[in-house]
Amino acid sequence: MSMAADQPSPAARIGRFLRDNPVVTLLILLALLVLLLQVLRPGIVNERWIGNTVKFAIPLAMLAACQTLTMLTGGIDLSASVVATIAAFVVATQEPQVGTGLAIVLSLLPAVLIGLVNGFGVGICRVHPLIMTLGTGLIGTGCLQVYQRGVIATGSVVPASLEWLGTGRTWGMPNALVLFVPFAVILLLAQRRTGFGRLLYAIGANENAARLSGVRAWQVYFGLYVLSALIAGVAGLLYVGLIKAPSLSLAEPLLLPSVAAAVIGGTSIFGGRGSYSGTIVGALILTVLNTLLTLLQMPEGARRIIFGGIILAVTALYARLTDQG
Amino acid sequence: MMRGLSRNGWVLGLVGLLILLLIVTKLIQPSFGASGLESVTRAALPFAFATAATAVVVIAGGIDLSVAAMMAVVGVTAAVLMEGAGVTQTWLVVLAVLALGAAMGALNGALVVATRLPDIVVTLAMSFVWEGVALLILKAPGGAATPWLREVILGPIAPGPVVSLIPKSLVVLAVLLMLVWLPLRRSRLGLSIYAIGSDATAAFRSGVSIGATRVAAYAIAGVLVAMGGLSVTLSTGIGEPIPGPYLLAAVAAVVLGGVVLGGGRGGLLGPIVAVFILRIVRLDLTLLSVDPNVTTIVEGTIMAVVVMLGGILAVRGRRA
Repeated sequence: MSMAADQPSPAARIGRFLRDNPVVTLLILLALLVLLLQVLRPGIVNERWIGNTVKFAIPLAMLAACQTLTMLTGGIDLSASVVATIAAFVVATQEPQVGTGLAIVLSLLPAVLIGLVNGFGVGICRVHPLIMTLGTGLIGTGCLQVYQRGVIATGSVVPASLEWLGTGRTWGMPNALVLFVPFAVILLLAQRRTGFGRLLYAIGANENAARLSGVRAWQVYFGLYVLSALIAGVAGLLYVGLIKAPSLSLAEPLLLPSVAAAVIGGTSIFGGRGSYSGTIVGALILTVLNTLLTLLQMPEGARRIIFGGIILAVTALYARLTDQG
Repeated sequence: MMRGLSRNGWVLGLVGLLILLLIVTKLIQPSFGASGLESVTRAALPFAFATAATAVVVIAGGIDLSVAAMMAVVGVTAAVLMEGAGVTQTWLVVLAVLALGAAMGALNGALVVATRLPDIVVTLAMSFVWEGVALLILKAPGGAATPWLREVILGPIAPGPVVSLIPKSLVVLAVLLMLVWLPLRRSRLGLSIYAIGSDATAAFRSGVSIGATRVAAYAIAGVLVAMGGLSVTLSTGIGEPIPGPYLLAAVAAVVLGGVVLGGGRGGLLGPIVAVFILRIVRLDLTLLSVDPNVTTIVEGTIMAVVVMLGGILAVRGRRA
C-alpha cells in the first residue's frame, strides 16, 4: 500500500465509492431526472405517474435482463425482441382456439427453440453472439410472418389474465409487480449465490481460465441462451397485456433500449462485470427519460437524437467515474 | 503462409460459389441475361457499399452499427439538395454528401476514441442519433435525385453482344471501391488499420497512433457509407428517412467474406463477392416463386449456417 492509496484524492474516493456502489450513482441520476420533470411540469409526479412509469419500465427491465445475463459472458441477445414479439403474437392468436393455459405454453415453445439454436451457435460453433442472435432474430421474424398467414382468419384476443397482469393495478401499484418482484429477486440471488450465476461471471472474466478449471462452457451457453429466450418470451406476454394489440413488430422498439438499460446499469459489454440491480434502475431511467422527451413535445427526430446522445453521455460519464482511482 | 493460402482459398471458394449460383440462375430462368444481371447488380449496390464500410471498420477491430442510419442521412440530404439542381450543383451535392459521410464517420470514430467505450455501444447510440437526424431532414420520403445522374448506374456500359453483359453499376462499384481501397491498402494508414485490428498494444508499441488510425478507419467507412446512401437515392429516385435493411446484411456479408470479427484479417474482395452471393440466392428464390417471407427465412438460415460453419472451421483450425 502506497501513500497515494492511503490518502486518495476526493475525486478518486468518490470514483471508488461509485464503482463499488454503481446503483447509488444511477439512483442519483434517476432522482435528478424526476426532479427535472417535476420542475418542468409541477405536480406531474404523483402516485399515478409512478405507477405508470413502473408499469412501462417492467417489460423493458425484463428484456434488459436477457442482455444483462448474456453480457456477463461477453455476449448479447439481439433476438430477444423477436422472441418477445413471437410469444405475444402466438398467445393472442392461439387464445381463441386452445384457451389461455395451453396458449401460453405454445407461445413459449418458439422461445425455447430459438434459445437452443442460439446456444448451439454460440456454445458449440463459437459464432459471435451478436451475429448469431441477429441471424436467429431474422429467421424468427420470417417464421412469424409465415405463421401470420396461417392464422389470419382466426383473429386475435389478448388473454384476460395477461391483460390483468399487464395493465391492472392494485392499491395504485401495477399488478405486473406480482410477476416482476419475485423474478428480480430470484435473478439477483441466482447471479450472486448459485453455481450457474458464478459460472457466468467466470466465463465472462476469462473463458479459458474457466474452461481449464473444468467448466463445460458449452453447457453454460446452452442454459444461458435458453434462459434468456424464456425471459424474453415472458416479457413479451407481459408486454402484450400492456399494449393490448399484438403486431408483428410489437417488442421491436424495446430492443435498443434494452441494450441501453443494461449498459447504463453498469454491465460491461465485454463480460465479467455487472448486476441486474443496475439494469433495473437503468430501465427506470430510460422510461423517465422517454416521458421527459414526450413532455417537451420534441419532434420524433430530435427525440431520437437526444435519446442516443444521453445514452452515450451517461455511459461515458459513468465509465469515466467508475474507472477512476 | 498457410494463413494467406487459406484466406485466398476462402475468397476463391466464394467466387466459385458465385459462378455456380449464376449457372443455377440461368438453369432456373433460361431467359436470364443482361437485364437480369443489371438489375441484380443495381440492387446490390447499396449492400455492397455498406458491406465495404463495415469491412473497413471491422478490420480495424471495431464495428459500426450505425451504417444503415448514416446511409439514410446521406440519402435524404442528397435527395433534398438535388431536387431541381443543375449540373454544377449536382456535382457539388455529390462532393458535399461524401464529405458529410466522412464527417459522420469521423465523429463516430472520435467518440469511440474519446469515450473509451466499446465500439458497439457508441455506434449503437449514434445509430439513434443518425436516425433522428435523417428524420429531422425529411419527415416522410421525398426530394428527388437528379435524373441524368441516375443514368450513371442504369443500364449496360454499351450496346453490343459481350459488353452489354457488363452493367454500368458494376463498373461504378468496382471503380469507386478501387479508388478508395487500393491506395489505402498500399499506404501506411492501411497497414496501421490492419495493425490496430490485429493487436492494438503491439501496434502502439510499434509507433502507430491508435486513436488517429481508428478515427481514419471510421471516416473512410463514412465515405463508403455516403456512396451507399447516394446509390439508394439514385436507384429509388427519392430520399427515404427510415434506414433500410443494410446493417444486418452487411455484417453477414463481411463474416461470409472472410473478415474476422475482432479485426486484423480479411480484405474487401471476399465481402463484396459475398454480397452478390446473398443477392443472387434471393433472386433464385424469387425466380422459383417462393413466398417472399419464406425467402427471408431461407436467407437468414443460410447466413446463420454459414457463420456457424465458419465458427466450427475456426475452432478446428485452432486445435490442429
